[in-house]
Amino acid sequence: MSPELLNVLEVIINGLLAGVMYSLVALGFVLIYKASGIFNYAQGVMALFAALTLVGFQTGQIPFAHVINTIFGTHLETWGPGLPTFFAILLTMGVMVLFAYLVERIVLRHMVNQAPIILFMTTIGLAYFMEGFGDLMWGADIKTMDVGLPSGASTWFETMTAGWATEGSNYPGMYVDMLDVAAAGIAILLVVVLTLFSQYTKTGRALRAVADDHQAALTVGISLRTIWVIVWSIAGFVALVAGIMWGAKSGVQFSLSLIALKALPVLILGGFTSIPGAIVGGLIIGVGEKLFEYSIGGMLGGATENWFAYVLALFFLMFRPQGLFGERIIERV
Amino acid sequence: MKLKKMGVALLAAGLLVTSVPAMADLMFPVLSYRTGPFGANGAENADGYLDYFALLNERDGGIGGVKVQTPECETEYKPEKGVECYESTKGNGALLYQPLSTGITYQLIPKVTADKIPMLTPGYGRTSSANGKVFEYVFNYPANYWDGASVGVKYMLDQEKGDLKGKKITLVYHNSAYGKEPIRTLEELSKKHGFTLKTIPVDSPGQEQKSQWLEIRRDKPDYVLMWGWGVMNQVAISEASKMGFPMDKFIGIWWAGSENDVKPAGEGANGYKALTFHGVGKDFPIFKDIETHLVAKGKASNGGKNIGTALYNRGLYFAMLAAEAAATAQKIHNTKDLTGAQMRDGLEALKLDKARLEALGLANFAPEITASCENHGGSGLVAVQQWDAKAGSWKLVSDFMQSDREVIDALIKADSEAFAAENKITPRECK
Amino acid sequence: MFYRESGDFKTSYSADQQTFPIRLDRHVVYGILAFAFLVVPFLINDYWEKSVLLPFLVWAMAALGLNILTGFCGQVSLGTGGFMAVGAYACYKLMVAFPWLNMFIVVILAGLITAMVGVVFGLPSLRIKGFYLAVATLASQFFLVWLFNKVPWFYNYSASGMISAPERTLFGIPVTGAEAPPWMTYLFCLTLVTIFAFIAHNLVRGRIGRSWMAIRDMDIAAEIIGVPPLKAKLSAFAVSSFYIGMSGAMLFALYLGSAEPNDSFGIAKSFLVLFMIIIGGLGSILGSFLGAAFLTLMPVLLKNIMVGWFGWPADLAAHLELLLIGALIMFFLIVEPHGLAQLWRVTKERLRLWPFPH
Repeated sequence: MSPELLNVLEVIINGLLAGVMYSLVALGFVLIYKASGIFNYAQGVMALFAALTLVGFQTGQIPFAHVINTIFGTHLETWGPGLPTFFAILLTMGVMVLFAYLVERIVLRHMVNQAPIILFMTTIGLAYFMEGFGDLMWGADIKTMDVGLPSGASTWFETMTAGWATEGSNYPGMYVDMLDVAAAGIAILLVVVLTLFSQYTKTGRALRAVADDHQAALTVGISLRTIWVIVWSIAGFVALVAGIMWGAKSGVQFSLSLIALKALPVLILGGFTSIPGAIVGGLIIGVGEKLFEYSIGGMLGGATENWFAYVLALFFLMFRPQGLFGERIIERV
Repeated sequence: MKLKKMGVALLAAGLLVTSVPAMADLMFPVLSYRTGPFGANGAENADGYLDYFALLNERDGGIGGVKVQTPECETEYKPEKGVECYESTKGNGALLYQPLSTGITYQLIPKVTADKIPMLTPGYGRTSSANGKVFEYVFNYPANYWDGASVGVKYMLDQEKGDLKGKKITLVYHNSAYGKEPIRTLEELSKKHGFTLKTIPVDSPGQEQKSQWLEIRRDKPDYVLMWGWGVMNQVAISEASKMGFPMDKFIGIWWAGSENDVKPAGEGANGYKALTFHGVGKDFPIFKDIETHLVAKGKASNGGKNIGTALYNRGLYFAMLAAEAAATAQKIHNTKDLTGAQMRDGLEALKLDKARLEALGLANFAPEITASCENHGGSGLVAVQQWDAKAGSWKLVSDFMQSDREVIDALIKADSEAFAAENKITPRECK
Repeated sequence: MFYRESGDFKTSYSADQQTFPIRLDRHVVYGILAFAFLVVPFLINDYWEKSVLLPFLVWAMAALGLNILTGFCGQVSLGTGGFMAVGAYACYKLMVAFPWLNMFIVVILAGLITAMVGVVFGLPSLRIKGFYLAVATLASQFFLVWLFNKVPWFYNYSASGMISAPERTLFGIPVTGAEAPPWMTYLFCLTLVTIFAFIAHNLVRGRIGRSWMAIRDMDIAAEIIGVPPLKAKLSAFAVSSFYIGMSGAMLFALYLGSAEPNDSFGIAKSFLVLFMIIIGGLGSILGSFLGAAFLTLMPVLLKNIMVGWFGWPADLAAHLELLLIGALIMFFLIVEPHGLAQLWRVTKERLRLWPFPH
């Protein structure tokens, strides 16, 4: 193959992998929207908060150290060497479940039957709150995320693809980041587990029932509140996974919460209500924006990815206003 | 009704500026940011800035015997908040502003000129404010972005034994006013030295840079320059190291040269270089004073956890410039309490030579500065620092080098004159 | 008792259809306006102008605009920041190209240009609805910001891509630039906001406003009873963008004095304006003002209390401020999901009955 063709292929592969990273964030949105009709803007901040908590446990930081130091004039920093990664993840998961419970208990309980935009707004308030809370709890400095995932270029893939090029073209081989590959593997695992969970467990069936019809679910004795806590916990777990992946790329810092913006075009393209949609949407957006940047972006002066993702999603919406996999919107007068 | 009235009264009272300082002190308001996407960087810088003044107060009893006050105001790196901070602090006899944000600097340039309060923006802000004839109250010594671009190229020239013909240099930049600054200088320099320049923008915030770095991987440029800020730096450095780009050929501007930027990339960042206009590390006598007078007494900002980081040192350096200028102004005007206009004179008469730096406990920390009425931009001496991932520290790998004034002065002249024409300013005469 | 609607008799249709038919409302509004126009200019200083009053007026204008689109016509938009950028850059280009042009006309022209852009970006609304539309409008947000960053013509080829407002005078007094006295910029903005708030108030109770509301409540039903959705939706986009464009022009030329697309018109601004109208009250002119006041004044207030009164470190205060604003937003939505305007309606009801409970 000619190097040009291989270059395009490389862009496509990296686009697909980037798309999976977007999907990881989008998944959290879909879960909550499906179960409760809430467009959860706080998903990005949840990822940040989960990642902060994980690193905090790993390094043995004392929560609210800065606040305590300011008030009592102490010099607290850490309580010990920190936890092994596995326990830190488990503990973080516990924190996210507690968070889900508190959100339901304090906020969502009062918001039943409100208009979607009001619920959306509530989650924005929640996002603000968690941002400030996370900063107060763990400090605003940039932290390094290391959970032992592979990272760096895959030399095996590089040498293999280098062999594909025509003789004498001096093609260096394709680049893939092991971290992205790991993320793709985890995303696939996540989707499989989620699907199995919702298809074959009692709670999963209850979840689907609530997603179908709140009223009907209530009448057959499903507790909406329990379901909401469960869903928010799962979304918290997905946020933790996204936080780990993105945090490993850029360090754990405030900007992590902005990954939500990368997930939004994925979301509308795939449809708010479909888990496979989130994955396929992510792949389309990832490949689309990378290919556009590669082929046309340079001519326009570059840095087109941010808006092109939205334009691409918009284009698909023109043909399917509910997204590729979204539930058909049926309107009656 | 009563409650409501009380609420309104409370609201009005709360909106009023409440801190009323003793007028006798020297006021240096600190426009810092410790939250938001750039909060980690802003905090380190602000700690250095605050600590230097705290040290002066503790050790010397202030500047010339007058205590220094440093009220801090959080800008969140947002233009609106920056303006609010400026308006709420300027009435208290503020002597100097250092907003640490190019956006806020642009907003404040006309305002500080009207209010006659000087502003010092070392290594950021509006580059052409180096022309003191047009920008009476704005200073940006010791170096600006164009100096940075020029010294970056000069360093490459040194590495390539004086010849850059046919070499490829790529600029990766933050797609904003700040990131676009070096392009013109680099274009001029590419004509002069015969290298090909390619510019690749990264949209803010810059968490996803696969396209950009794949492009660099395909192009195989000889050098990559980076004008980045915030999360863009961390992602760029980790992408570059993963793609196997030789890190010693990857040079960032000074805002892409802090510990925050390299640490998330771990070992991979080893050898990464960045420009700087001041020394690195804790190996200066002044840090002993900080230890005894601040850390030991528990007065160091943020518990002293940032002492010695690149951005802390920069904040320290910014504060030192301000304090030296204030001391100079006190001498010129033979008074202890200063006004903004007097402070301006101090900044213009600032002379920072080797002996003075040594006396300050900062020997060889920074190049010499001689400011004047027309020269608000300093000498433009810039060095290169390199990251050692094992030791976890920066070290200087070059001397402070002179930028290409020939190219830069012409650009500064053109841009400042355009500004003067647009705003109907007649450049003042300098004796 | 305090709020009385009865006993206010009208003898002509025009009296019955005036802007504020209830005498008490009318007097209160005129009273506030008289205070704002005649008293405030004498009290104002730089701090009040730049930190409190101008931000409030600028954001009130933007909130009015978005409320027309979202509150009255039901089209959720997150492109506000981008449209404000259009207004600001149009204003800048007009100011530089026609230095003699009156600033009022410049701002209004900037609004008109934004209206045209708004119609173009409003086209997808004919097919896409709800949150899908909200996210789709982000396309315009990101595209416009990118465009103003990329095309040097918009910022007159300046080295850094920043635009700065040159000094312009009105009646011989500078209204833009650093020399402009605070009362002048304040009065300028206040005049515009007052005029266009009255226009908006009258628009939404007229034929066109009713067609918007019909679309909002159910667009298919509205179409069946003869409201053309194309005309209604696009006119809402046009009018809304007009207001937002003017607010962008005021933000740039009078309030900040210089601007850059990322910092000044980023996505955060789009969200900010949306918060304002939801907190203030969707579909309420008064709500736009209340929401803008809440979200511009509350941070300043919290900061002054925490840093100025209690003397807390600035960074703690900043984190706590975020936390408190988030908590307040949630609290308000739990207590009164229909915004501050609804709270005012409830208060009116109470005042009407007071001191008798029924």
